[in-house]
Amino acid sequence: MPPDTAPATLAQRLLAGERGALAEALNQLDDQRSAAIERSGALLAALLADGVLSRGHLIGITGPPGVGKSTLSSALIATWRRRGLRVGVLAVDPSSPVTGGALLGDRLRMQVDPADDGVFIRSLSSRGEFGGLSAEVWPMSIAMLAANDVVLIETVGVGQREIDIAHSADTTCFVAQPGSGDSIQFLKAGILEVPHVLVVNKSDMGETARRAHSELLGALAGEHADGGWDIPVLLASASRGEGIEALADAFAAHREQIAPDLEARRRRHQAHWLEKRLLADFGQRGLDRLGGSEALLARLNAKTADPLSEYRALCAEITNALQQDQ
Amino acid sequence: MSEQGTERDRPWLMRTYSGHSSARASNELYRTNLSKGQTGLSVAFDLPTQTGYDSDHPLARGEVGKVGVPIDHIGDMAILFDQIPLDRMNTSMTINATAPWLLALYIAVAEKQGADPSALQGTTQNDVLKEYLSRGTYIFPPEPSVRLTTDLIAYTVDNIPKWNPTNVCSYHLQEAGATPTQELAYALSTAIEILDAVRDSGQVGEERFEEVVGRISFFVNAGIRFVEETCKLRAFVRMWDEITARRYGVQNPKLRRFRYGVQVNSLGLTESQPENNVQRIVLEMLGVTLSRGARARAIQLPAWNEALGLPRPWDQQWALRMQQVLAFETDLLEYGDLLDGSPVVEAKVQSLIDGAREEMARIEDLGGMVACIDNGHVKRELVQSHTARIRAIENGDLQIVGVNCFKQTADSPLTSEDDSGILKVDEGAEREQVAALERFRAQRNQGEVDAALADLRAAATGSTNIMPASIACARAGVTTGEWSQVLRDVFGEYRAPTGVDFSGKAGGSGDALAAVRERVHATGEAVGRPLRLLIGKPGLDGHSNGAEQIAVKARDAGFEVVYEGIRLTPAQIARAAQEEGVHLIGLSVLSGSHMELVEDIYCELEQLGLGHLPLVVGGIIPQEDEQVLRKRGVADVFTPKDIDMNTIMARMVEIIRDSHGLDSAA
Ligand code: B12
Ligand SMILES: Nc1nc2c(ncn2[C@@H]2O[C@H](COP(=O)(O)OP(=O)(O)O)[C@@H](O)[C@H]2O)c(=O)[nH]1
Ligand SMILES: [Mg+2]
Repeated sequence: MPPDTAPATLAQRLLAGERGALAEALNQLDDQRSAAIERSGALLAALLADGVLSRGHLIGITGPPGVGKSTLSSALIATWRRRGLRVGVLAVDPSSPVTGGALLGDRLRMQVDPADDGVFIRSLSSRGEFGGLSAEVWPMSIAMLAANDVVLIETVGVGQREIDIAHSADTTCFVAQPGSGDSIQFLKAGILEVPHVLVVNKSDMGETARRAHSELLGALAGEHADGGWDIPVLLASASRGEGIEALADAFAAHREQIAPDLEARRRRHQAHWLEKRLLADFGQRGLDRLGGSEALLARLNAKTADPLSEYRALCAEITNALQQDQ
Repeated sequence: MSEQGTERDRPWLMRTYSGHSSARASNELYRTNLSKGQTGLSVAFDLPTQTGYDSDHPLARGEVGKVGVPIDHIGDMAILFDQIPLDRMNTSMTINATAPWLLALYIAVAEKQGADPSALQGTTQNDVLKEYLSRGTYIFPPEPSVRLTTDLIAYTVDNIPKWNPTNVCSYHLQEAGATPTQELAYALSTAIEILDAVRDSGQVGEERFEEVVGRISFFVNAGIRFVEETCKLRAFVRMWDEITARRYGVQNPKLRRFRYGVQVNSLGLTESQPENNVQRIVLEMLGVTLSRGARARAIQLPAWNEALGLPRPWDQQWALRMQQVLAFETDLLEYGDLLDGSPVVEAKVQSLIDGAREEMARIEDLGGMVACIDNGHVKRELVQSHTARIRAIENGDLQIVGVNCFKQTADSPLTSEDDSGILKVDEGAEREQVAALERFRAQRNQGEVDAALADLRAAATGSTNIMPASIACARAGVTTGEWSQVLRDVFGEYRAPTGVDFSGKAGGSGDALAAVRERVHATGEAVGRPLRLLIGKPGLDGHSNGAEQIAVKARDAGFEVVYEGIRLTPAQIARAAQEEGVHLIGLSVLSGSHMELVEDIYCELEQLGLGHLPLVVGGIIPQEDEQVLRKRGVADVFTPKDIDMNTIMARMVEIIRDSHGLDSAA
C-alpha cells in the first residue's frame, strides 16, 4: 500500500524526518492545481501548528554565478553532517523565459554519500521570478525545516537583483569572487543588501583572494546588520575545504543571536512573500485595495494562518474589492 | 623509388583497437592480428580497469571484459602479452587515469620476460584532460591528474627513452562534437598545460627539456570532410612547430615535429545502411594520409558495424585491409607532398590557424586548460558545437546518406545473418575473471603488498615520482583497485562539469519543437507542476553525447531537466529521482551493460516506493534486449536510429501523460 499522503499524516511523517514524505510534500507544494493548493495549505498549517517556525536554521547563500556557491554548499553539507545535523537544500537555477525549460545543475557539485539519509537536495528553477528565487521557495522552506536541522537555499546568483533571499532566510551569506570588484561596488552603492555573513571564496587563489578580503573588510568597516550583529568577513576555499568550519560557526553564531526574534522574523518574511505574490498577481492597484503595503504587512504580522490559505483569502478579498470598483 | 626520385614513404603503423573478455582471449586475438600483417598492438581495456576498480567491485558489475580486456594485476598482464616479446613490440595502450599503473604492470611483465625495460616502445595515452571533456574515464581532480601525467612523462624520459609517454588527444573531442578549430585549439592548449607542468615540476633538467617536448605525440581524428581535415593536420604541424620553438625554445627541428596517430571519425558512422560506413572510413583515411608532410604515423580504423555494437574479428580484418590496400596497392606513398603550394589549401590552413589561435588566447586568458575544464568553459563550447551539428542533421543542412536522405534501401545481407552482425562477449567472462582474481589474492604475499601500498601512499602524499612505487606495487601483486584506492584516498574524486548549462536557445525553431513545447506546458498544467525529467547515466559508461543532447533538447522543449553527468550508481539515480520529484527517468547506456543496470535501478526505485515512475532507455541497445527491457516495464527504448529528437520529446510527454492516466477514456 502506498503511504498516506493526506495533509495531517504527511505532516507527521515529515516531522518524523521521513525522506519519502519530504519528497511528496515538496511535490505537493509545487502543485498549482486548486485542490492541491488547498491540501498544501492544510499541510503547512499542520507544520506551523507544530512550531516549525521557531525551529531550525534557514540559510541563504548568494553571489555571482561561478563564485562557488554550490561547491561551498557541498563543503558545508559535509561539515554539518559531521556535526550531526540533518541538512536540506533548495538549489535554484535560472529557467529560460522563452521556453520555461531549465537545466538544474547544482546537484552535480554537491556530492553526498548516497547512503546518507541526512541530506536532501531539491533543485528548483526560478520560473521567471525576479530576485533569484522562485515563488515556491518559501512554502518549500517550511517543509524542509520540518524535516531538517539546517536548510540551505542557493540562489540563482544574478548579482545585484538578488534581494529576495534577505527576506526569506534567517541568515544570508554573500559569496564574493576574488579579483572582481563588483561585490564591493554593489555593497558601497547600497545595491546589495548587506548580508549577515560575507565570505571570499577561492582563497586558494592566494594574493587576489586576500586582497578582496581586505577590501571587503574596509568597505564594511562600521557596518552592522540588524540588532548590532558584527558582520564577519571570512576567507574560504570550497574546493580545498578550508575555512568551512569557521563559516559554519559564523552561521551558528548568527542563529544564536537572532534566536529571541526568530519566529517574528520568519513571520515578517512570510508576510513579505505574500505581499510579493499579490503584487505580482494584482499589481499595486490590487494591493491598494488592501490598504497598501504597510497596512497589509501590519495585518499579516499579527496573524498566524498558513501562507497558502492566507494567500487565497487575500486573493479573494482583492478580487471582490476590484469587482466592486467596477 | 618513385618517378621524381623521392624516396617512397614508409607505411604508417597499422593497428586495430582491440581487447575483450579476458587476458587470454585478447592475447589470442592479438597474435592472430599480428599474423595477419598488423604491425603494432592497440590495447582496449575494460571500463573497470580504466576507472581503477577490481573486477569484483560492485561498480564493475556487468562491465568486466565487455568493451575491453580486464587487467586486475601482473598475472593478467603477463597473460595478455604471452608469447609476444615486449622488447620487439610497439604497444599502444588507451589508458589514462590509471596510466601510471598499467605502464608499471607493462614494465614488470617485460622484466619477467627477461626484456630490458629501457628498450620498450609504445604509447600510453595518458591524457586525462580530454577525459573530463569527452571520454569520461577520469578519477581524480584535474590537478593531481596532471601531476600523475607529469610523473609518467618524467619517468619515461629518464628510463624508457623510446616510449611515447602521452598522446594528447583531439580524437575524442571531435567525437564529442568539436569543430576542426576547436580540435586544434584544445589539443594544443592541453599539450601546453602538460609541458608547462613538466617544466614546473622540476623533474627534468633544463638541458633535457627538449627531449620531453620531442616525446609528446598526438592522437587525432579525421572526419568525412577530408579536405578540411587534411588542412587541419597541416595546421597542426605548423602550429606545433611554432609553439615548441617559441614557447619552449626547442632548437632541433626533429624534436618539433608533430607526431601523430589517428583513429578516424566514428561519430558519423551510422546504424542505418551500415555498409556505407566503409566508404566513409576510406575517405576519412585519405584526410590523414594525402599530405606527406602531415601524414599519420599510426592509423587504426573503426569497423563498418561501429554503430551496431562491438566488431568481430572479421569486421576488424576488413578495416585493416582498407589500410593495406591504400598503403600497398595505391601509389600514394611514392610521391612527395601533393598539396604543397596549393593556394586553396594554404588559405584554408591559415583560416584554421587563425581561429585556433583566437580560442587558445581565450583559454590562456581564462587561466589555462585545467581552469577551463573545471569552470566548464570548454565543455560548454563542445556541447554547443555538437548541438549545432545535430540541428543541422535534423533540418537537413548536413546531409547524411541513408539517415536524412537516400533512405530507401534493399535488405542488407550483412545484418541479416544469425549472429546479428556484432561481437557477443562471453557471458561467463566476468565470473571467471572474478574467480581468478580471488585465487590471485589468496596466493600473494600480503606483507609485501601492504608495504608496497604504504610506499605508494607516501609517494602520492609527497612529491616523489609515482612510477617507482607503482612498479614495486606491480611486482608485489597489488591489484588495479588497490592501487587506485590509495590514490583516491590521497587525491579525492571528481565530477566534471556537464557543459549542458549554456544559455541561449539551441533547440532550433520550427513547428515540431513548438508543438512539443505546447504539449509539455499543457501536460505540466494538467499534472499541476512543470514536467521534470531526470537524465541518468548509470555505471561506468562515459558516452555522454546522447544524454547531453537529450538534456539540451528537453530544456528547450520546456522540461525542467536534472542531469548530473556520467558514472552514477543505480542508488544515486534512484535517490535523485526521489529528491527531485521527477515525472520521468531517462537512462542513457552505450556501454552494453544496460540489462544489469536497468534491473538494478528498478530495484533501487522499488525500495524507495518509486517503482511506478516511468522509465525510458536510450543508447546502443540491441533489438532482442529491447524486447526484454519492455517486458520489464521500460516504457520506450531509443537507439541511434532515432535521430529526430523532437519525436523523442513528444514520445516522452505521452509517456508521462499515460502514467498520469491523462488521455485514458475513463
Ligand atoms: C562518440 C563515441 C565515443 C566517444 C564518446 C564521446 C562522448 N562524450 O559521448 C568516445 C570517443 C569518447 C568513445 C569512447 C569509447 N567508446 Co565509444 N562510441 C561513440 C560512437 C561512435 C557514437 C556515440 C554517440 O555519441 N552518438 C551520438 C549520440 C547523439 O547518439 P546516441 O548516444 O546513440 O543517442 C541517441 C539515441 O541512442 C537516443 N538516446 C541516447 N541516450 C538517450 C537517453 C534518453 C533519455 C533518451 C530519451 C534517448 C537517448 O537518442 C539519441 C538521439 O539520436 C559509438 C558508435 C556509434 N556510431 O553509435 C561508439 C560506441 C558506443 N563506443 C564504444 C566503445 C566500446 C567505447 C570505449 C569503451 C572503447 C574502450 N574500450 O575504451 C570508449 C570508452 C568510453 C567510456 N568511458 O565509456 C562501443 C560500445 C559497444 C557496446 N555497447 O557494445 C560503440 C558502440 C562503438 C563500437 N562499435 O565498438 N566513444
Ligand atoms: N579555485 C577554486 N575554485 C573553486 C572554489 N570553489 C568553487 N570553485 C570553482 O568555481 C566554479 C563554479 O563553482 P560553483 O560551485 O558551480 O559556483 P556557483 O555557480 O556559484 O554555484 C567551478 O569551476 C568550481 O570548481 C574554490 O574554493 N577554489
Ligand atoms: Mg550553483
